[in-house]
Amino acid sequence: MLASSAALLSLPALSSAQENYFVTYTHHMEEPGTLEVANKTVSGFPQAGNAFVGSAFELEYGVRAWWTSELYLDTQSTLGESSLFTGFRLENRFRPLLQEHWINPVLYVEFEDINAADKSLLEVVGHDGISDFLTRNDRSEKQREAELKLILSSNFKGWNVAENIIAEKNLGGAPWEFGYAIAASRPLSLIASARSCAFCRENFTLGAELYGGLGDRYSFGLSNTSHYLAPTAAFKMPNGPIFSFSPAAGLNHNSHGMLLRFGVAYDIDQVWSRLRRAQ
Amino acid sequence: MSRHKSALISLAVAFSITLAYAAAGDGLWMLKVPDKQRVRTNPFDHNPDAALAGAKLFRQNCASCHGDDANGRDKHPPLRSERIRSASAGELEWILTNGSMKNGMPSWSRLPEPQRWQLVSFLKSLH
Repeated sequence: MLASSAALLSLPALSSAQENYFVTYTHHMEEPGTLEVANKTVSGFPQAGNAFVGSAFELEYGVRAWWTSELYLDTQSTLGESSLFTGFRLENRFRPLLQEHWINPVLYVEFEDINAADKSLLEVVGHDGISDFLTRNDRSEKQREAELKLILSSNFKGWNVAENIIAEKNLGGAPWEFGYAIAASRPLSLIASARSCAFCRENFTLGAELYGGLGDRYSFGLSNTSHYLAPTAAFKMPNGPIFSFSPAAGLNHNSHGMLLRFGVAYDIDQVWSRLRRAQ
Repeated sequence: MSRHKSALISLAVAFSITLAYAAAGDGLWMLKVPDKQRVRTNPFDHNPDAALAGAKLFRQNCASCHGDDANGRDKHPPLRSERIRSASAGELEWILTNGSMKNGMPSWSRLPEPQRWQLVSFLKSLH
C-alpha cells in the first residue's frame, strides 16, 4: 500500500488542472480518472477585526468526462484567536450537453457542512460581508447548506469567459440567498513553443473575475451586499503543479478592502491505472 | 419451449448489437463532424515546428491515456491507427475540441485552437 502510494506520487502528473479562477467555475471538467489535489488560501485584513487565513484543501476527481466530483476540507487561522477545522463541502458538476457550443452550461450541486467560523470565501452570496469576520471564532453555529450553480462558459479565440449564477440555502430554514461570479482569462500565447521550457508564454494565463452577493429571497438586489474585482494570474509548470494568485479589491464599504488569494493544484492522471501498474 | 427460443433470440440480438456498437467504438464520432469542419485545413500544414510543439502538448495532455508512444494504454485506443491516418485534419481538430464524452474522451477546448491544430500536426506525423 505504501509502495503504491509512493509510486503514485513519484510519477509525474502530466495534464493541467482545469481552473484559472478562484471563485468562478468554467465548463472545463476534470479528465476522467484524474485526481486533482489542490489548496486554495485566502488572506484578509479587516481594519476592525483580526487578520485571517482561510484555507480549502480540495480533492477533485473526474468520474466521467461529463461529471466531476469534489471534496473540500476547510480550515482557518485568525490572528490572536485560534486555528480550526471549519467543515467540509461535497460538490458535483454535470455537463448536460456533450459537445462544445457557443455557451456551455454546467449544473453544479453542493452540500456543505461548515460552521460560522468558516473563512474560506469560496463564494460570496446573500448579504455576506465584512461584518461576518469581526466576531470571534465561533464554532457553535452550524451551517448545513445546499448550493446550486448554473455555470455558463464559452471559449472564443483563446479567451475563456464564464458566468456563474449561485443560489444557496441554509437547510436550517433560512431563505434562499443569491450570488454571481463573472470571469475572463486568456493565455499569454495561444501557440505552444516547440521547445521544452518552463517559462514559455503559453504557460501563463492572466484574467480577472468579479463576484458578489445579490441578497436573498426577501431582499433581492445589491443593497447591503459585498462585491470584489480580482485580477488573476496562473502559472502552469510543465509536468508539475499550477500556481495561481489573485489580489481581490473590495468594491463597497461592506466588502473587505483587500483579499489575497493563493492556489496550488496538482493533477495525478489516471490514478487507478497508475496504482494498478505500481502493484 | 418457444418462450425459451424467443428469449435466446432476443439475447443473441442484444449481444450482436452490443458487439457491433463496441466494434464501432468511438469511431462513431466521425459521423457527427459537420461537413464544414471536415474540410478545414490545418493552418500549420507547412510549419515544421508544429509537429514538435504538438509532440510536447501530446506528452503533457494525452500520453497518460494514449501512451507515451501513442499506441494506446489500458482501455484507451491507439492513435497510430488506420482511423487516425485516414481522418482529415478538420475531423481530428473536431474530436479534440468536442471530445467523445460518452466514450470517456474529454473535450480539449481548454487548449487554444492553434494548440489543437499543433496536436493535429503531431498526430498526422505519426503515420
